[in-house]
Amino acid sequence: MTETVTIAPVAAPKHSSNSVLSHALYIMKDNPVTGLAFGLFALIALLALFGPYIVPYDPLASNTAQALKAPSMAHWFGTDQLGRDIFSRVIVATRLDFIIAIASVILVFIMGGFAGIAAGFFGGWTDRIVSRIADTIMAFPLFVLAMGIVAALGNTVTNIVIATAIVNFPLYVRVARAEANVRREAGFVQAARLSGNGDYRILLAHILPNIMPIMMVQISLTMGYAILNAAGLSFIGLGVKPPTPEWGIMVAEGAANIISGEWWIALFPGAALMIAVFTFNLLGDGLRDLVDPQRRT
Amino acid sequence: MLTTIGKRLLTVLPTLIGVIIVTFLLTRALPGDPAAYFAGPAASKEAVEQIRVSLGLDKPLPEQFIRYVKDLTQGNLGNSLSTGRPVTTEIVSRLPASAELTLLGLILSMMIAVPLGILAAVKQGSWIDHTCRVVATAGVSLPVFFTGLLLVYVFYYILGWSPAPIGRLDAFTSAPPNYTGFYLIDSLVTGNWETFRATLSQLILPAATLCIFSLAPIARMTRASMLAVLASEFVRTARASGLDGRTVIITYAFRNAMLPVVTTLGMVFSFLLGANVLVEKVFAWPGIGSYAVEALLQSDFAPVQGFVLTMAVLYVLLNLLIDILYGVIDPRVRLEG
Amino acid sequence: MLKAPTPEVDVGTALPLLDIRNLTVEFATRRGTVQAVKKVNITLAKGETLGIVGESGSGKSVTSYAVMRILDRAGSIAEGSVLFSGLDLRAAPESEMRDLRGREMSMIFQSPRLALNPIRKIGHQIEDVLLQHAQVGNESVADKAIEVLEQVRIARPKERYHAYPFELSGGMCQRVVIALALACRPQLLIADEPTTGLDVTTQKAVMDLVVELTRERGMSTILITHDLGLAAAYCDKVVVMEKGLVVETSPSETIFKAPAHAYTRKLMRATPRPGITLRDLLPEDEAARARPLANKPVLADEAPLLVVENLVKEYPRKGVSTSIKKMFGTTPVPENEVFRAVDGISFTIGRGESVGLVGESGCGKSTTSMMLMRLIDKTSGTIAFGGEDIGAIPARNFATLPQRKKIQMVFQDPTDSLNPRFTAARAIADPLLRLSDISRGALRAKCEELATQVGLPLQFLDRFPHQLSGGQKARVGIARAIALKPDLIILDEPTAALDVSVQAVVLNLLQDLKDELGMSYLFVSHDLNVVRLLCDRVIVMNTGRIVEQGPTQRVMEAPEAAYTRDLLAAIPHPPV
Repeated sequence: MTETVTIAPVAAPKHSSNSVLSHALYIMKDNPVTGLAFGLFALIALLALFGPYIVPYDPLASNTAQALKAPSMAHWFGTDQLGRDIFSRVIVATRLDFIIAIASVILVFIMGGFAGIAAGFFGGWTDRIVSRIADTIMAFPLFVLAMGIVAALGNTVTNIVIATAIVNFPLYVRVARAEANVRREAGFVQAARLSGNGDYRILLAHILPNIMPIMMVQISLTMGYAILNAAGLSFIGLGVKPPTPEWGIMVAEGAANIISGEWWIALFPGAALMIAVFTFNLLGDGLRDLVDPQRRT
Repeated sequence: MLTTIGKRLLTVLPTLIGVIIVTFLLTRALPGDPAAYFAGPAASKEAVEQIRVSLGLDKPLPEQFIRYVKDLTQGNLGNSLSTGRPVTTEIVSRLPASAELTLLGLILSMMIAVPLGILAAVKQGSWIDHTCRVVATAGVSLPVFFTGLLLVYVFYYILGWSPAPIGRLDAFTSAPPNYTGFYLIDSLVTGNWETFRATLSQLILPAATLCIFSLAPIARMTRASMLAVLASEFVRTARASGLDGRTVIITYAFRNAMLPVVTTLGMVFSFLLGANVLVEKVFAWPGIGSYAVEALLQSDFAPVQGFVLTMAVLYVLLNLLIDILYGVIDPRVRLEG
Repeated sequence: MLKAPTPEVDVGTALPLLDIRNLTVEFATRRGTVQAVKKVNITLAKGETLGIVGESGSGKSVTSYAVMRILDRAGSIAEGSVLFSGLDLRAAPESEMRDLRGREMSMIFQSPRLALNPIRKIGHQIEDVLLQHAQVGNESVADKAIEVLEQVRIARPKERYHAYPFELSGGMCQRVVIALALACRPQLLIADEPTTGLDVTTQKAVMDLVVELTRERGMSTILITHDLGLAAAYCDKVVVMEKGLVVETSPSETIFKAPAHAYTRKLMRATPRPGITLRDLLPEDEAARARPLANKPVLADEAPLLVVENLVKEYPRKGVSTSIKKMFGTTPVPENEVFRAVDGISFTIGRGESVGLVGESGCGKSTTSMMLMRLIDKTSGTIAFGGEDIGAIPARNFATLPQRKKIQMVFQDPTDSLNPRFTAARAIADPLLRLSDISRGALRAKCEELATQVGLPLQFLDRFPHQLSGGQKARVGIARAIALKPDLIILDEPTAALDVSVQAVVLNLLQDLKDELGMSYLFVSHDLNVVRLLCDRVIVMNTGRIVEQGPTQRVMEAPEAAYTRDLLAAIPHPPV
């Protein structure tokens, strides 16, 4: 084998207790963008929590005298067709977009994660059924399926969450299944069997903890997609109804004004959306570097 | 080779059956009364009942399913509530617009993303590599409808380089004769340069939007798999045998690196077909996506279901094509069985 | 084109073909610069065969990559020079190096299957090299490629020309790699662990071929290996490296007879070879300290611990075609749709006996051990353990039964067999928690007792696997296996992933534990020299059947089966 591979681990046993921390610091130093992502994430979380209490205007209050005003000191992001303050609306919308994404990701993490681990570990019929369901969902272009589901279930925020969870289901199943499947024949799982662990104990005590870090990365990576998916649905008029402030619907409201030059109505919510998704994607990459340095891309 | 394709065709069948069942369930088995949906909000109780019978909704579910499949085999997707026209006709006439846009977007993005990914991997750590990284992460983070609007603002409102986003052709140009339904090809075939130019100028912004969107996953995957292959033992052997850089990168590394990229194309198509809906809305593109969105807002469900089914079938077929392409590149798949 | 002398012309005996002077290679890592090779001097005369021997991390491969100038991005030559026929390779421009590689010096690597482009026909891969170095014109290149394949003794070269690597066996792939390396008749061949991962009979065939081809062409060869025995058997001169330094350079004959450096002595002693005992593997001082080997004969009249009769394991043959044919019923399904991995074997293991199970990869020895472990179900036959047919109990139920305690296993890869999220103590405690009624309070004391027993310093108990060395991980695995005081331990190539010096220690530990605890061992291995040291009796398997079994000494000295004789003949014989 190449000696280059074996050089680094030689020293590894020495510093042990804080190796995760030092590894994290190394990654931050190596890629300062990851540090930035952690900072942005903190900002988004704070805005989601406290946004409604710090905004200068009521996000729903219209003021036709002030309609379609460009950004100014009074209205940092300008005003929309009804004279509502876009800055306040963008900040307040953080919470709703954040909740939709978090809720759908938690939902799919529980459903897809467990179904995938069970499929990968037990194989046989469990695997066949889970894989068949995932394949059928995958047979649809995901956004199109989400449209269909929301159309059928009814046009509500809850159904947006459900649809987003369903279209992400195959991705979680795939990751969890592959990871569980690799470990099913791993030496330590065989050893656990010899030590008298039954199937369920092996699954919960031995395999699950080893898969968790990779699943956390998956969560972070799909958070961005979940936000995009939800915003896309509300952009075409599904889910959130006006006048609720939500980034996707705000971009849709400003779309008509773009060709007449009022760029700020769509730009600021769009940019907020972009920064949020960007943050989660960077965060996912950073976490992946942390958890699995080999898979760095 | 033919038998391999034949076998692969067989494996598509269960997926298609799954797709049909899901679309059927989306219309029938979910909460709410489809008959009331189809009758519209203003319909009387008798009218709803009449529609229920005429749609066969009073029959048990399996019987409804058989009827649904029977309709499908005859190409019948029902009628649109708002226009009264058959959904199938509408979708068939609008499909080329969507296909032309999506394919052009994909081709553009492949032409940029694959070389970018290769260069980023070969010159790892260089400015090209960093560009690739930034483009890849930023690209997936941009909501596609937002990119579209930005492009419109910059190239239409500020620079005035492109025409207004109002569909496939401006008001002064007439559509070319319908051979393929792809305006670019039809106008080329008839030698109508004026129409070709007009079509292209309308197409370029929405296609660029889709291109930017799909750039990221392709470039990222190309870079990653190229890096993996460049670090592989057979590339080291090729280098140790003194093969020149071109042969090593093209014949040895690139072809192997393309395998995961081809697989990723399936996922890219899934995203593209979804993004297409949003882009069509932004650019008022008369494709099937905007048809579905319009119907959706009027609670007109037959076109939506028809659209979902059409997209799913198209996507399944695209995946089949990707699989066959994979087999062409990889002898291990080709020779199995 | 470079004016390097062709093999036919002798440029004078004074000039060595390769002269490595003061070579230092550095790698940029996270923790700063690491010197992988430090001031190394090596010379290689024309026609000479040189072995570079060392354990992992010794810098032996890096040295050769530096010669070929194919170090990866992080590595660079920091100091010294490499002269090839008088030409300074360190200063040569990349284009000149490319011209030299493959034409004047070439290399073969470990894992032959990975060394070939998986999606290109092997014939075309050879043509690439021939055309690159303008050995032959476009029109006759295919004939030349076939000729090269013929030279490495590939049967039916015309057909194989069109084969892809995945269609060939490991040994065959290595022949193709050799063909690739020798296609342009270079002067220097560097073979980096060319036979690691190959079976011993294949190893012999490959090594014999390399030696024959290089000798007949008057080439110089560098053989890089961790196996001192292999190097001594095939090389004129041996260079021993340790931690980036050359510690000794001697002719092969003297390296075993009179090793000069302490490290060479340790390495030489740790190499299993005929005519020694387990204690002889350890360094002199440790061997002196170790207690003498117990010599308890197995009681013949006692009932055997394990009786295996007519054990069979069948697997369905894989392939999409069969299932589709079945689906449509167009062709009748042939009778032998199953593959017999284990084909009716019978043997016994006595109490306190240690039995070796030997065979090459694919012979069914691993499947057999998995069945005995009750990790997979048999197809037919009986496995009687202490009089009870445990083979009848389904594998998935076996884990929680009391019988589980009695049969334990030590795994091949110590890293893979430890849960990355469990500390050493937690790993050792796992079987105690599940299968014994030990109290929580007594658990730690018991773990410490077991750790002491296997020679694992107690401060390592709270470390995670990635913080332990290979030898320490092996000890944790052994402690876990003996925790429940089993009657039988299956040792599945327990030292295959370890360096020889660590292997020596682990083998001795296993022997001591057996003497202490009175367990029986089934030692699964491909290495007859190792089996000889540890086992009373040996079973030789080939293609799912037992071809021979008997007392170790008898089988090794007077083998009855032809296959056993081949196996024994293939072991490299260093000039002892």
